[in-house]
Amino acid sequence: MTQGIDAAVRRPGLLKDPRLQRWGFQGLIIALLVLLAVLAMGNLEGNLKQRGLSFGFDFLRQESGFEIAFSLIPYRASDTYWRVFLVGLTNTLLVTVLVMLLSTILGFMIGIARLSKSWALSRATLLYVEIVRNLPQLLHIMLWYNVALRNMPAPRQAGSFFDVIFFTNRGIYIPALKTEYPLLWIGAVLISIIASISVCVAITRRSDAVGRPLNAWLPSLVALLLLPISLFFATGDSLSVSMPQLKGFNFTGGWVFVPELSALVFAMTIYNAAFIGELVRASILAVNRGQREAAFAIGFNWLQTLRYIVIPQALRVLIPPLGNQYLNILKGSSLAVAIGFPDLVSVFTGITMNQTGRAIEIVLMTMATYMLIGVAISMCLNLFNSMTRIIER
Amino acid sequence: MNRNDALPALASRGPAGRIARFCAENLWPTPWALLINLLVGAVLLAILAQLLPWGIFNATWSGSSRSECAPDGACWSFIAEKWPQFLYGFYPESERYRVNVVFATLAAGIAMMLAPAMPGKRWVQVFMVLVYPFLSAALLLGGVAGLPLVPTDRWGGLMLTLVLAVSGITLSIPLGAALALARRSEMPVVKWLSIGFIEFCRGVPFVTVLFMAIVMLPFFLPAGTKPNPLLLAVFGIVFYEAAYMGEVMRGGLQAIPKGQYEAAWAIGFGFWRTMGFIILPQAVGKVIPGILNATISLLKNTTLVMVVGLFDLLNIVTAGASDPNWSGSLAEGYFVVGLVFWIMSFSLSLYSRSLEAKLKKADER
Repeated sequence: MTQGIDAAVRRPGLLKDPRLQRWGFQGLIIALLVLLAVLAMGNLEGNLKQRGLSFGFDFLRQESGFEIAFSLIPYRASDTYWRVFLVGLTNTLLVTVLVMLLSTILGFMIGIARLSKSWALSRATLLYVEIVRNLPQLLHIMLWYNVALRNMPAPRQAGSFFDVIFFTNRGIYIPALKTEYPLLWIGAVLISIIASISVCVAITRRSDAVGRPLNAWLPSLVALLLLPISLFFATGDSLSVSMPQLKGFNFTGGWVFVPELSALVFAMTIYNAAFIGELVRASILAVNRGQREAAFAIGFNWLQTLRYIVIPQALRVLIPPLGNQYLNILKGSSLAVAIGFPDLVSVFTGITMNQTGRAIEIVLMTMATYMLIGVAISMCLNLFNSMTRIIER
Repeated sequence: MNRNDALPALASRGPAGRIARFCAENLWPTPWALLINLLVGAVLLAILAQLLPWGIFNATWSGSSRSECAPDGACWSFIAEKWPQFLYGFYPESERYRVNVVFATLAAGIAMMLAPAMPGKRWVQVFMVLVYPFLSAALLLGGVAGLPLVPTDRWGGLMLTLVLAVSGITLSIPLGAALALARRSEMPVVKWLSIGFIEFCRGVPFVTVLFMAIVMLPFFLPAGTKPNPLLLAVFGIVFYEAAYMGEVMRGGLQAIPKGQYEAAWAIGFGFWRTMGFIILPQAVGKVIPGILNATISLLKNTTLVMVVGLFDLLNIVTAGASDPNWSGSLAEGYFVVGLVFWIMSFSLSLYSRSLEAKLKKADER
C-alpha cells in the first residue's frame, strides 16, 4: 500500500508533473503574447506606412501653432508641442492640488458634521453625501460649467464679495500679488512651509520625549515667516496688490479663474469631498469609544482628547483610503477635456493628437505621466503614513 | 445619568409624548444644538425656496420651443418633447419595441434572480448568462431573422448607457476573477503579468484608456479593418473595470481560509474544480457588496464615452439642448439625467449595504 503511493509520488507521468505543467503553461502564455506582439507590430508598421507616419518623439520639437486659454507658464502659439505638454501638465497639477486641498477641508467638515450631535446637521450632511456621490462626476462638472457658471452675471453686473472678489460669467476675479521675482517667491514660500512643518514635528517629538508640553507655535511661525521677510528686505522687491477693476466690458488686473477652471475645481471638490467625508467619519468611528472615555477620565478636555487620542488613531485608519481618493482626484482631473479646460488630456491627448496624428506616442506619454504623478503621490502618503503608524516595540 | 432621566415628564408613551421626547433629545438637547439645527433648517428652506418655484410653481409643462416657456421657471416641455430621444437615441421609431423587449427581459431576469425562493432559478441564471447576451445583441443590432439592421451609430441615450454598463459588468466580472486568480498564482509569469496589468489600469485615468481603445488600438489591427466605435468603447470599459473587479475579487480570495483549498485537494479535486466549486463561489459571495460598488462606479464612468463621441444619456441631453428651439434648457436636462443616474446608483448602493449587513450577520453566527 505505502509502496504504491511512494511509487506514484516518485514517478509521476511526465505530463502530470505539476512543475512541468506550470512551466509549460507559462511558456505557452509567453509564446502567445510574443505572437500577439509580432502580429500587432506588423499591423502597426503597415498602418503607419499607409498613413505616411513614423514612430518617434521628434514631433515634440515642432511648432504647435495653437493658442491655449489658460497657462501657468509662458506660452505662445509659436512654441513647441513639448511646451504644450508642459502647459497641460502644470494645469493638471494645479487642478489636482487645488481640489486635493479644498476637498480635504470640505471633507473633514462633512465627516465631522455627519457625526455631530445636532440632528439636523448630521441629517443634512447625510443628504448631501447621498445626493452628491451617486451622481457621475462628469455630470457635476457639466452642471457647474454649463448651468451654474454660465448663468453668472456679465462683468458689468458682476456680483462681488466686498468689492474684492468678483463673480462673472467670464470667470472669478480675485486680487493678485504683483512681484518682480515670481519664481523666487513661490520657492521661498514652499521652503518656508516645509521648514515650519519640520520645526513643528521636531518640537512635538521633543515634547513627547521629555514628557512636558513645549510651545511649538511660536518657533513654527518664525520658521514660516523668516525666509519671506528676509527675502523681502534683501531684494527690495516692490510687492503690490493688484485689484480686479471693471474697465469697459471686462475686468482687468487681479487673477482670474477662468470658468472652465472654476467649474472643474468646484465640481470636483464637491464630488470628492463627499467621499472624503465618509472616509473621515469612518476613521473617527473606528477609534474605540473606550479611548475617548479613558481620555476624559484622566482629565483631558475635548480638544486634548481630539489632539492626542482621537486624531492620531483616526489618521492611521484614514490615510490609506485618503491616498486612494487623492489618486482618484488626479485621475478625475482628466475630465477637464469635456469642458475644454486645457489640462494634459485636453491639450495634449486631444488637440496635439488631432494635429499630429501621433496617437501611440501621445497616449503612451500621457499614461506614463499620470502613472508617475500617481507614484509620487503614493510615495508622499507612504512617508506620511510611516510617520503616523504605531511604533511597536 | 443620561438625558432620559432628566426628562421624566416627557418619557410618557403615546405619539405626543414620543414626538416631544424626540424633539427634546434631538432638536434642543443644548442651546447650541438648537441654534445649529435652526441654521441648517434655514439653509435648507432657502434652497427649497429657490428650487420649488423654479421647478414646480413657475414651470412650463408643455410647448414646442423654449420661447413658450416662462422665463423664471423650469421648461419641462423640453423633456416632454425630447424624451424618446433621451431614451433611445437615434434608434428608428418603428424598431424601438426591440429595445423595450431587451430591457424588459433584463429587468425580469434580474428580479427573478434576486427573488429569494423562486422555482427554476438555476434555469433563469443559465438563460441570463449564456443565452441573453447573444439574444439581446441580435435583437438590438438586427440584420438577422428578418429584423432590419440598426447600426450602432444610431444607438444612444439611456439605452446606450445601459448597454455599455451591462456589457461592461458582465464581461469584467469573469475577467476580474481570472485576474485575481492569476495575481495569487504561484507561477511568476502569470502573477507578474496580472500585477502589471492591474497596476497599470489603476494608475491611469479612464479617459486615457478610452483614448487608447478608440484611437491607438486601431493602429494595431490589420490594415483596412474599421472597428466599431461602440465595440472599442466596451473594450476600453472592460479593460479598465476588470482591473478593479480583479482587486475586489482578490479581497474575497484572501478571505478564504487555507483549509478550504486543502479539503478540496484532499477529496481529489484538481485546480479547476477546486476553484469552480469550492473557492470562487465562496469568494464571490463574500465580495458581492464590493462588486456592486465597482458596478456603481462603472455605471457613473460610462458618461465619459462622450469624450470619444458616443451619445450616451448625458451627451444626448447636452446635444438636445443645443437645438436652437431649446437652447438654454440644460438645467432641466441635467436634472433628469441626474435623477436617472441617482435612482440607479442609489438603489444599487442600498442593495449593496443590505447585503453587507446580511453577510456580517452570517459571519457573526
